[in-house]
Formats: sequence, C-alpha cells, structure tokens
Amino acid sequence: MSSVTTQRRSGSTAAGRRLKWWQQLVLQAICLFIAATVLFPVLWIVSMSLDPRNISRPTELNLIPPGASLQAYLQVLDRPTANPVTFAELAFNSLRLAGGVSAFALLIGVSAAYAFSRFKFPGRQFMMIAVLAITVLPSVATIAPLFALLNSIRISSAIMSIVLILAGLMLLGLTLFAVVPAIRLGSAGPGNYFFGAVGLVISLGLIYGGLAPARSEIFVLRNSLLGVGIAMVSGALPFAIWNLKGYLDTIPKELEEAAIIDGASPNQVFFQIVLPLATPALAVTGFLGFTGGWTEFFLSWQFLTDPKDFTLAMSLYNMTGQYAGQIPWSRFAAFSILLSLPVAIVYLLLQRYIIGGLTLGGVKG
Amino acid sequence: MATTNPELASPTTRAPRSALREGWKQLRTPIIYLLPALVIMMVVTFYPLAFQVWMSFTDYGVIKEEGKQTLNPFGPGGTTPPNYRPAQFVGFKNYLDIITNNPQFVARLGGNFDFWRLLAFNLWWTFSNVGFHVALGIIIAVLLNVEGLWGRKIYRAIYILPMVLPNIVVATVWRNMFDDQYGSINQLINLFITPFGLDPVQIRWFNQIQDPIPGIGLPLSYYAMLIANIWLGWPFMTIVATGALQSIPKEMYEAASIDGATSMQQFWRITLPLLRPAMVPAAMVGIVTTFNLFHVIYFMSGGGPLGRTEIMVTQAFKLINVNQLYGVAAAFSVIIALVLIPIFLITNKISRATESYDV
Repeated sequence: MSSVTTQRRSGSTAAGRRLKWWQQLVLQAICLFIAATVLFPVLWIVSMSLDPRNISRPTELNLIPPGASLQAYLQVLDRPTANPVTFAELAFNSLRLAGGVSAFALLIGVSAAYAFSRFKFPGRQFMMIAVLAITVLPSVATIAPLFALLNSIRISSAIMSIVLILAGLMLLGLTLFAVVPAIRLGSAGPGNYFFGAVGLVISLGLIYGGLAPARSEIFVLRNSLLGVGIAMVSGALPFAIWNLKGYLDTIPKELEEAAIIDGASPNQVFFQIVLPLATPALAVTGFLGFTGGWTEFFLSWQFLTDPKDFTLAMSLYNMTGQYAGQIPWSRFAAFSILLSLPVAIVYLLLQRYIIGGLTLGGVKG
Repeated sequence: MATTNPELASPTTRAPRSALREGWKQLRTPIIYLLPALVIMMVVTFYPLAFQVWMSFTDYGVIKEEGKQTLNPFGPGGTTPPNYRPAQFVGFKNYLDIITNNPQFVARLGGNFDFWRLLAFNLWWTFSNVGFHVALGIIIAVLLNVEGLWGRKIYRAIYILPMVLPNIVVATVWRNMFDDQYGSINQLINLFITPFGLDPVQIRWFNQIQDPIPGIGLPLSYYAMLIANIWLGWPFMTIVATGALQSIPKEMYEAASIDGATSMQQFWRITLPLLRPAMVPAAMVGIVTTFNLFHVIYFMSGGGPLGRTEIMVTQAFKLINVNQLYGVAAAFSVIIALVLIPIFLITNKISRATESYDV
C-alpha cells in the first residue's frame, strides 16, 4: 500500500522526470492509436443508431450521419423484432430473470460462503472443490439434463398458480419472521434490511406470477421463465458462493472475535458484523450475477417458445447479421446500446470493487 | 475456531454429553449456514450432473426420426401417453461415435464434425488468444505507467470500455462489423486502399473457405474472431498488470540504473519477474474463460466455414439445439468436463503456488 501512495505523490509532482519531446510524441501516437481501435466499434454503433434514413444496411463510414435523429431508438422501443412484443416487455422479462436469479443466488449463497470462509468442519475441503469445479464447467455443458428434467415437469396451470402463490406467501412470512422482530427490538442492521428487501421482492414476484392469467392449460416448467431461472441458478449459485467466499476471506476476523467475546451469537455476528462489512462484495456478486442473467442466451433460446417470454439477448440474436432479415441495422445498433447501457453504467460505478474481485472469484461468464 | 461456538459456555450444556452430541454441537452452526445452498445445489446442480452421466449412456432424444414418439412419461391427466418410449441404454456408443468420428454419426450432424480437429482448434483458439491478451496487456500497462505521459487518466478511462460492454453485444457488433457487404471493417480497408487506385475489396470474412495464409490450416473467420477477442480481452490483463506494476518499488529501478542496466534489461529482469505472480492466475482465468467462450464463436462465425471454427461448447449447444441428440450431447458434455479437469487442476495448483511467491 505504501508504494502506491508514494507513487501517487510522485505522480502529482511528476515534473521530476520529464520525457523528451520525441518520446512524448511517439508514446502519444501509440496511445491514441490504441484509443482509436478501442473506440472504433463503439463510435460505429453509436453513429449507426443515430442514422435517420432508416437504411437497412450502412454503406459508408460517417461519425455523425447527416441529419442525425433518435428515430431508431423510438422504433426499437415500440417493436424491436418481427414478434409482436415491445421493448418494455422484453426488458421486463430480462429484468425478472436476471434480478430473480442473482437475488436468489446471493441470498442462498452468502450464508454458505460464510460457512466456507469461517467454520472448520469435516468435508469442507471436498465441498469447496466441488463448488469450484462447477464454476469452471461451462453452463452450456449442463443444458441437456436440465432441458430433459425441466421438460418432464408438467402440471396444470391452475395448480401452478396456487403453488406459486403459496410459495410467495411462505417466503413473505419467512422474511417478515426473520426481519420484523429485529426491527422491533431496534437491533436491525443493514444486513436485516438487505435480507428483508430481497425476500420481499422475490415473494411478491412469485405471487405476481401466480396471479397472472395462465397462457395454456398445462404448465411446462421448461417452457417458462421460471424454468430458465432454475436452470440458471444451477450455475449462478456455485459462482456466487465462490465469489463471496473469496471476498469474505479478505475481511479480517478480529471484529468477529471481539463480538464473540462480548457475547454475540453466531447469527448476530453474521447479520450485524459480517453482512455490513461485505456490502461491496454483495453488490459486486449481485451485479455479476445480474449481468450474467441479463445477457443469458443459450438456455432461454433453447427453452422458451412463446414470444411473450423472450428476453433482450434473444432478440439481439434475431437482429444480427444474416438472421436479421428486414430489420434495419440502425435498429440493431440502437437496441444493442439500450441493452448494454444499464449494465455498463453500473459496471463503471462498481469498477473498483469488480476488478479487485475478478481475479479472486470464479470464471463463469 | 472454538471461539465461534459460544454455546459451549452457556449453562444448558452442563448435562453429560456423548461424543456424538459434542460433534453435533460443533457441526450445528456450519450445517445450518450451509443447508439452504446444499439442498438447492443437490437439486439443481448435482442431480442434473448425475442425470447427465446417465443420459450419456442412453439414446435419449432420438424422437425426431421415429415419428411421433415422446420421451415424456407424464401425459395429460397424469397417464402415460401411448407413444411414450423410454430412453434405451446404449453403453459407450455415444462416446465412441464422438471420439472415433463414426461416419454415420458425422453424416447425421451434416458431415462437418471431426472431434480431434475440434479439440485441437479449441486449444489453439484458447492459447493464441490468451497469449495476445497477456502480451498486449503487459505492454500497454507498462506504456501507461511511463512517468510524465500526458493524459494517462483519460487513456485509462477509455481503455476500460471493452470490459464494460456485455460480451453478447461485443460479439454481435463485431459480427456486423465484419459483414462482407455492409461491415465497417471492409469499408475501412477500402477507405485506405481506394486512394491508391486499388479496387474496393469485399472480403468474405466468415464464408471464405480458402485459408488466407497457406500452410496454416486456419480459415479467415478465425482471424476475424481473433481480432474481436483480442479487442475484448486485453484490457482485463492491463488492469491486472497495472495493479502489480504500481506495487513494484521505485528504488529497484533506481538501483538498477545506477548499476548501469538499460531500460530493456530493467524490463526483462525486474518488471516481468515481478509481474509474474499477478499475471499467472489472471492468465489461468483467461484460459478457462476463452476455452468456454460461447458468445464470440456462436454469434460471429457460428462455427463456419464448414464447422472449422467450432469450439466444444458451441458444438455441444448445436447437438441439442439443431440435432436434438440429447444423449450424444450429454456424452459430449462429459468429454468437455474431462478436458477441463486437467486445466482446472493446473489452475488450482498454480494459483495456490503463486500465493506464497515472495516478492
């Protein structure tokens, strides 16, 4: 750490070692060239999205096309693909999928990560290797059994609605049971609120899913966002556990030990000391899980058949290259910008924490 | 870790207890914390993996050819449908079909399947990409670390862009950039060559079957994807290398230059060895990620031309999505896992070995 601060100090008074003018010139030329290669695809896509002529294919390079407008964005928001769905519907599907999977994996994963990081018990090493090995395995390689298993779960839609509502109510009750007493006693920390909020959102989502009108008589789990979500949890949960464990290992144990000496129970230590300290880790792991779900392609492409269930990533594939059919590329450009914008902004905000964790955590994309 | 178990001190534990109870007391907290994740992983992760191994020994999913049969035992009303046919055990047939390139099986996939070519390409794809990522990452990190360089902060902010964009968008955008008719890469090339009186080119990046460099059996689409993936991958390595560079004490360079070492010598003797402990685990992460890089291959070349740029994961997906051969796909996935296990073990070993590396 000390070397970093000295680096900064010497950097601010950097006049000490001045580069010769030709050195500066050569280095600037190289840096600008690299910047140009990095920016070229980005500028190309931005300029195409602003193209007002609605040409189906671009034929020349223009930074700002003549008469730039936001027309392509409006068209994309209205109806991006040939299917009769709006951008908002697609985005809502992606949001439910990504948010649900990452919240669920985080909620279940953080306590397991804590156990792996802090407790010693027989089989710990074996279980950790099992979890890590799963994160190396590509999720495409588990698509066959997940498809077969989820495809064989078929029940009548009426029962499914009841099951969803009951599950939602149970989760709601459990969340309230875990959070309300602490709030009443005034001992609730950020950890309790975090758990409460996540539990509340998931349970309300389940109840909403149960109340929505059924589309067909028989509910095939494979052919639903819930099924895709379950298949994604299969890979997202081990990833979340491993990523969080890496972060928790870096949190010093002294605070917890002090709390135990003061008579705190393991639960109090977990909720009131570890969880608040792990907030950046939770944010980053949640975000990485969210990005994974937001851009998930092959599971949803293989599982879903109803255009009402389609996600943004699936639609992007429909608009690319030779598959695009009659869809103008200006719309493809606008669509891909709208798809990446939310993820990119959050990435930039969390950048510092994410980069620290990328080498610690798993590798699953 | 005895301190994490405060129940030991509470008065209720005074009663005489057996070794079993003692063990339970020790285990209770970790089990409670692990239980939700364990139960869910048993159901959605480990059970499907075990099922996958079973599937790989059956002919699961050959319904298409045999007409209106179904593998689903639960029909409407809870009864078994009359056209239900359970999957049949076929032994190692799926595995043998794959690794021996059984002609009948290859014909069924469209004739372009060759397991050993696929594996070799996958490995070459991985190592060529990661090689470029690490080399460029280090060079650019060193470049940005030069003292007195103007606009370092701005460059750092720009250079992170490829990491920020979702992979799927990067892959689709590059696919369109390499489009033979309308892509910006061909337009850019023409922009540079037409002033010299040359005819505009229309390079068919993804469809040209003839190899661009004779003697190296790699199609043009490989080079297109290499360019796209280099663009995508080096910023991560630069960030890792920058972090490591900033922790190298200045005094080492000062001492070296007093001793008369040239800057080249300083780079090879000081910078590179001290970057190693940070770069090796990052390269390992890169190797596993690139080995399984579905998006770039599937969205850019789609495995073409003639399946020559297919990698394991895209082929596994096609076995299901196009050919609907679930049993074969399961066997193929088991083979992927077998290929990844050594890579995983090496990764695990090297990243642990570097932890105790003394700087």
